[in-house]
Amino acid sequence: MTATELALRTDGVGKRYRKGWALRDCTLALPAGGVIALVGPNGAGKTTLLRLVVGLLAPSTGTVQVLGHDVTASTPQTLSRIGFLAQDHPLYKRFTVAEMLRFGRACNLRFDQGLAERRLAKLGIPLDRRAGTLSGGQQAQVALALALAKRPDLLVLDEPVASLDPLARHEFLQVLMGAVAEGGVTVLFSSHVVHELERVCDHLVVLNHGRVTLTGDIDTLLAEHRLLVGPRTATDLDRAGTVVEAVHSDRHTTLLVRDGGIPAAPGWQARPVALEDLVLAYLRRPSEPSAAVTSGVAA
Amino acid sequence: MFIFRLDTHSGVPPYLQLVQQVRQAVLLGFLQPGDRLPLIREVVEDLAINPNTVAKAYRQLEQENLVTGRPGQGTFVNEQQSAVMSASTYTSLHRGLATWLRRAYAAGLDEQAVDALFTSVHQQTRNEDVA
Repeated sequence: MTATELALRTDGVGKRYRKGWALRDCTLALPAGGVIALVGPNGAGKTTLLRLVVGLLAPSTGTVQVLGHDVTASTPQTLSRIGFLAQDHPLYKRFTVAEMLRFGRACNLRFDQGLAERRLAKLGIPLDRRAGTLSGGQQAQVALALALAKRPDLLVLDEPVASLDPLARHEFLQVLMGAVAEGGVTVLFSSHVVHELERVCDHLVVLNHGRVTLTGDIDTLLAEHRLLVGPRTATDLDRAGTVVEAVHSDRHTTLLVRDGGIPAAPGWQARPVALEDLVLAYLRRPSEPSAAVTSGVAA
Repeated sequence: MFIFRLDTHSGVPPYLQLVQQVRQAVLLGFLQPGDRLPLIREVVEDLAINPNTVAKAYRQLEQENLVTGRPGQGTFVNEQQSAVMSASTYTSLHRGLATWLRRAYAAGLDEQAVDALFTSVHQQTRNEDVA
């Protein structure tokens, strides 16, 4: 992979609304070909970042490049390579599925209607039904089929599975991962559900209070971090790499460290950390400028 | 056809879970030389899992010489150099462990205590082997 094969590159991107900064100093370099999760609590700036990526918003500071092209220029050619599925999968409720497809074909430079029809037939979603009468899971599938029919190089999804029941969520992810397996599409999606990220993503961006606090290849991040458990201690922690989080009970101490070896003191054990715990530890950290941790191929 | 499972609460990385399942199935003879593993695409659509994860698991299995990928055909289980565990070895290990577990429960340990003890001894033994 060459340096130009970045799906997304942002340099010092910030977005300021009237009430203040929603996003600050956002610098990312995300590789093409993978699945990238954007994680953070409500109000962290996830939707703002996604809207900047697809060109729906213009940044107050910095630049956004998708597949090597400046999004702020917003040429139809650049935008035709980006698919976007907004929160809650908006469809025209009174349109039938077939009318939605015709609408999609009319509005896009590239639109593979046959592909969308085959996908929907496989899922048993009838083309003559009005979108508003479909179940939530089926509406999500129609919206996804429309987005994939563009054959986008970058598909951006804002909280795609948040409103779906567990079965619909699984079916949605099956189709989405199947599209990735066919090749050619990089997926960037936001979520505040940390659980189950590991099975679908290979790259992670953690956003908190409008700032990127952690970004990297998930396998690399998990290999770099570990939990150290040992007798209670408050001093001499600097031997153990960067301490991300320290939790003390009466008798023992648990440290989440990055790049840290096991302390030489007796009674210490090192354990791998689960992705969910890693993300939560970074989300619990107080916000501080320029504290972003980067790792992975794009670092 | 071999079917993978995924336990999202185990803390074991998904790609490693896939590797371990094939290793175990080969060890126990559920997968025989010449058997075809599911295509990456099939695993992806079955488990709703990232294709890169499946590809990574298959790469590791190839590196371990457990399987061979043939372009356009699929991934096939190899003849194993180290003998598949014999049924008698398996039975004897199984029995030994069951005996040990009964003693542990009789001594008043509960499931979690057994897990903790096993993990601790396992780690210790591994560290001794490394040292």
